[in-house]
Amino acid sequence: MKNFVTRLAATAVAVVSLTAAAHAFDPGSTECIAPANPGGGWDFTCRQAGKTLQDLELIPGTMQVTNMAGGGGGVAYAEVINKRNDANNLIVAASSATSTRLAQGAFPGNTMDQVRWVAAVGADYGIVAVAKDSPIQTLPELMEMIKTNPTSVSIAGGSAVGGWDHLKVLIAAKEYGIDDVRTIKYVAFDGGGEAVTQLLGGSVQAFTGDASEAKGFVDSGDIKVLAVLAPERLEGDFASFPTAKEQGIDVVGANWRGFYAPGGMSDEAYEYWVNALGTVYDSEEWKAVMAQNGIAPLGLRGEEFQAFVAESVASITEISKEIGLIQ
Amino acid sequence: MDTLNALAHGFSIALTFQNLGLALIGCFLGTIIGALPGLGPSNGVAILIPLAFTLGLPATPALILLTSVYYGAMYGGRISSILLNIPGDEPALMTTLDGYPMAKKGMAGEALALSGIASFVGAFFATWGLVFLAPQLVKVALLFGPAEYFALFALAFATLGGIASRNQAKAALAAGLGLGIAMIGVDGQTGVPRFTFGEVHLYDGIDFLVAIVGLFALSEVFIFLEHRGTTKATGDASGIKLGRLTPPLSMLKQTAPTMARSTVLGFIAGVLPGAGASLGSFIAYSVEKRLVDKDKTFGTGDPRGVAAPEAGNNAAAGGALVPMLALGVPGSGTTAVLLAMLLALNITPGPLLFTNNPDVVWGLIAALFIGNVMLLIMNIPMVSLFVRVLLVPPRYLMPAVAMISFVGIYGISGSTFDLMVMVLFGVLGWLLRKLDVPLVPVILGVLLGNQMEANMRRAMTISDGDWSALFASPLSIGLWLFAFFGFILPIVAGRFFRSKLPRTDSEADPD
Repeated sequence: MKNFVTRLAATAVAVVSLTAAAHAFDPGSTECIAPANPGGGWDFTCRQAGKTLQDLELIPGTMQVTNMAGGGGGVAYAEVINKRNDANNLIVAASSATSTRLAQGAFPGNTMDQVRWVAAVGADYGIVAVAKDSPIQTLPELMEMIKTNPTSVSIAGGSAVGGWDHLKVLIAAKEYGIDDVRTIKYVAFDGGGEAVTQLLGGSVQAFTGDASEAKGFVDSGDIKVLAVLAPERLEGDFASFPTAKEQGIDVVGANWRGFYAPGGMSDEAYEYWVNALGTVYDSEEWKAVMAQNGIAPLGLRGEEFQAFVAESVASITEISKEIGLIQ
Repeated sequence: MDTLNALAHGFSIALTFQNLGLALIGCFLGTIIGALPGLGPSNGVAILIPLAFTLGLPATPALILLTSVYYGAMYGGRISSILLNIPGDEPALMTTLDGYPMAKKGMAGEALALSGIASFVGAFFATWGLVFLAPQLVKVALLFGPAEYFALFALAFATLGGIASRNQAKAALAAGLGLGIAMIGVDGQTGVPRFTFGEVHLYDGIDFLVAIVGLFALSEVFIFLEHRGTTKATGDASGIKLGRLTPPLSMLKQTAPTMARSTVLGFIAGVLPGAGASLGSFIAYSVEKRLVDKDKTFGTGDPRGVAAPEAGNNAAAGGALVPMLALGVPGSGTTAVLLAMLLALNITPGPLLFTNNPDVVWGLIAALFIGNVMLLIMNIPMVSLFVRVLLVPPRYLMPAVAMISFVGIYGISGSTFDLMVMVLFGVLGWLLRKLDVPLVPVILGVLLGNQMEANMRRAMTISDGDWSALFASPLSIGLWLFAFFGFILPIVAGRFFRSKLPRTDSEADPD
């Protein structure tokens, strides 16, 4: 028995020294916090990235995924800042929803500069759609209808008022020249699927959501995509739909997916994670994951990503003030 | 005929040793998960998703495993409802009303077996409904806009009175309390946090499971502590009778029409994406009470009061798969998790799923039939095992209940805050029990209140604040009429019956 224990210990030491040799910085046992219940987008981001990190042997062993639901990510955010601020082995899944809530002060007492933003690993671009038999054909037509008579159009989306699905439409409307975006009727449903159902049932006139949410209905021809809020046309099934920019409304609405790390993480560890997630993003494996899940490319990392999040927080703060959501 | 061919093809996919094995494991785990307070079908499925990924299962076997867990949990939820008066999950809530009194009367075995059969009937016919009616039913789901959903939930609330208590005022108070609790959290229609006191944990509102486990399980523990050492704690711990392990034929005959009606109602509630299994079992129970409860035996251990919600919630579980498969829209929390699973397996749910992935759909449906039969076969002999829980002395049972509650709730969110909320609910439950206020309407208020409010606000936004929009469609007018008569009739009829049969009322007073 004693013999066995010694051997086990020896093996453990050997394994540790091996992995230490393989990396300049050793993250040890890595962890990814998904700030939501299993099954959601953040959970998916953690698990898929963790799996790819492991497959590419960028981390020793398996990445542990911890689900920490609550407050739309606020519980996890506070936990990282208050209790895990010095952790070098930790990354946390984030998305546009995170930056939206940060901008609107929905994480009480927390701001975006309390953590370090590591990298984005893809984006789900927004779409604006109507039912297939709707007389509306283009995004400017829809905007014109709203401009002349705001009460004539109800737009359904899967996020709460002030959430990303709502803000995308407001940003587009502002760009079109609608001055008082508060008059726009947005109806919040529990998720994009429910919102699309209401569009098909005729309760609402338009839908705002992510491309991946609407894919099934686009394939079946039940809904008509007016515009994709991407810098250029998407690949695959969505290639035939024009961007908002093509129609003269210069708006990009990307629901990005990425990671942040504790604010007290060492520079060495931060570099390590930026490189590791960058390598994941560049890999063939990740391209397959993105293609499978309808995620478009958006590969910002390190300083560049930090600046991107700062900019998006600033613009969301501005529009949220404008619609009176925050003071 | 095409449908039957497709189904036969589905069986040829599902009937492999691997798939049958997965279904067996899924059913077993699901039953356990459902029976444990705090762990419901949606957590059960979510917990097992990583397992399905790790095993590297292809789409069909993975779905078979997870849907078996889903159906299994719907079966299992009733066990703790009947034996301990603690609902294993939300849809099993209504089963406590007559299931626990039956167990107290020494008919625990019959109640478990009967509810197993009712579950089977509900799930079995709902699966047939899924096979033949899915495309047509999708159109029904599209008829329900926010105004119609609001009328539906109003109907549910209108029939709430009289359930779970003979004292209408206390039932109304309890429902109001539940509605109030439902208001906690960020309001989706304005994005403003309500009653959160700046506490970020409360932004998502109170989790139903935390409330249920606190109110039912922990308050039971508190009551036990209060009566420590006295026999009063459990009432009849000594001379407990387990009852027969199979229900007598007469009981099955008596409950057959109940099961049939409840299956239909539950299935329809399941098909509506905004309603779900909890509403299914609730509507099934309250309609059945209105229709057949002439002697006021519901709530005192009437077998029909056990059969109705169990047939209803299992039928709703089948019904909820209709919008998920045909529209890609989840009808319940569990189907939302299943949907995420489908997406992760690179299957796009939506109107084209039946044409693009027939193997997945029909294999899944065949697996539902197999899982259902398996559950029935597994559950009937296991009744004798489950009822032994009642023989465990409360001094061992109650600490176990407390432990399972804490572990279960912590396991969901990994947050100690939820544990504190649960303890608070336990104290509240203890207080309400002392005041003889029924607990079931509290939970119904929380479960239905959120949806009711959200849909009313949506309807108002769409109509620019014009209230007449709530009565604009024939469907909503019909629902309002049902709600109105459901509310008025018992008052009128109650007065009528009371004057005619004064003795029945006093007899119906059980304790």
